[in-house]
Amino acid sequence: MRFYEYEAKALFARHGTPLPKGQVARTAAEAQKIAAGIGGPVVLKSQVLTGGRMKAGGVKFADAPADAEAAAKAILALEIKGQKPRGVLVEQRAPVAQEYFAAVTWDGRRKLPVLIFSDMGGIDIEEVAEKHPAHVARAHLSTILPWSAYRAKEAIVAVGVTGDDLNRLIPIVSTLVEVFLRYDLTLAEINPLGKLADGRFLVLDGHVDLEGDARDKHAKLLEELGIGKEETREARPPTAFEIKGAQVDASDHRGVAGNVREFDGDLGLVIGAGGGSLTLFDAIRKHGGRPANYCEIGGNPSVRKACDLTKLILSKPGVKKIAVMMNVVSNTRVDIVARGVIKGCVESGRDPAETIAIFRIPGAWEDDGFTILRKYGVEYCDRTVSMDEAAGRAVAKMARA
Amino acid sequence: MPGMFIDVEVDAKTAGDTALAKKLTEVCPVNIFAQEKDGRLRIVGENLDECVLCDLCVQAAPAGTVRVVKLYER
Repeated sequence: MRFYEYEAKALFARHGTPLPKGQVARTAAEAQKIAAGIGGPVVLKSQVLTGGRMKAGGVKFADAPADAEAAAKAILALEIKGQKPRGVLVEQRAPVAQEYFAAVTWDGRRKLPVLIFSDMGGIDIEEVAEKHPAHVARAHLSTILPWSAYRAKEAIVAVGVTGDDLNRLIPIVSTLVEVFLRYDLTLAEINPLGKLADGRFLVLDGHVDLEGDARDKHAKLLEELGIGKEETREARPPTAFEIKGAQVDASDHRGVAGNVREFDGDLGLVIGAGGGSLTLFDAIRKHGGRPANYCEIGGNPSVRKACDLTKLILSKPGVKKIAVMMNVVSNTRVDIVARGVIKGCVESGRDPAETIAIFRIPGAWEDDGFTILRKYGVEYCDRTVSMDEAAGRAVAKMARA
Repeated sequence: MPGMFIDVEVDAKTAGDTALAKKLTEVCPVNIFAQEKDGRLRIVGENLDECVLCDLCVQAAPAGTVRVVKLYER
């Protein structure tokens, strides 16, 4: 769950991280007042949950409050990648001597958080890592053992920073790590971290992503930051179809059968299993299929839940058939899913044999599952047929439909 | 009324035994059994297809008096 820049900075400010003087404005008049309060040149930044603000014209500079008002008016009227700005952040414009980068995120391969530090900030860190690897330092950290600032020191020293700069950077970078761990973040980034002409450091831009499952744990923080419970912070608002999918999933505590995402194809997907859903979605597309949806099913949902998910997918206009596919399952029963999807077809007034293009879920209780599928004339396959091949069969069947 | 996939048959004597009815209601993980106001056993038809074939009901009742039927094997 992504934070707006002003929210990320409010979080950093709670922990003493140095920030430019500033405030978020909802109107151009407010921006003018804030600029007058700051006194001197300001930078105005559109508050959207997407990158590319500068290129899109969402960042402007102003030397006087009247200029700030005009700039804010333009920014507030500007949509960036389909997003209307939440407000405009008006901040003191600081004379920057050098820009640094500091971030903590998850290293999926090491399964550990990693601190990344660079003395080349302000630009894309992947590009720096590729072209100037000596300017990027990494330090993995534990989520169990206590964090120690000396690890931050090691990372900063590794790119050649010494002396006063080192002493000033250590607490900023170390605090960033502490914030990441304390609030269950998936990303805490300062880029750029600016060094001013007088030697001080300021957080010029910040990015924070909170783990979605940690929302309840940090409900108080979110409330204090003004983040409403209804705010999904997703790339686009959920569709009616997606909201209904979430309702199906929430209807029963057993397993998962929901998390649907709507697409405009004609093949409904009932897919899942530890990343299998992504693989299967891609496989369908690779074979030329047009998925009507993405979804996740697994962890032994009830028959009713699997049935209601199937009915939801079949209710989507244009869906001709569904493909029911998973990786080899151990914590989801094949027979339960088979019962659910067949029941969903029947309750939708459709013939399961005609509607289910392929059922490829091998694993726990597959003998019972396959017996059910045979009884209803549904084409199924076991683990000797790869997920890719099963996806190919489903797409071929669609072509013949 | 049976489910699409599962039916549960209970002998009349077992169904009328309120102590057994209580036990069956307690052991079923998917709420296929309930008790009427007078304590007699009632089968919850809408939950029949949720049966996970755990056989706890079969074990809780006297041998042969509760039968779980897989309709898809018929």
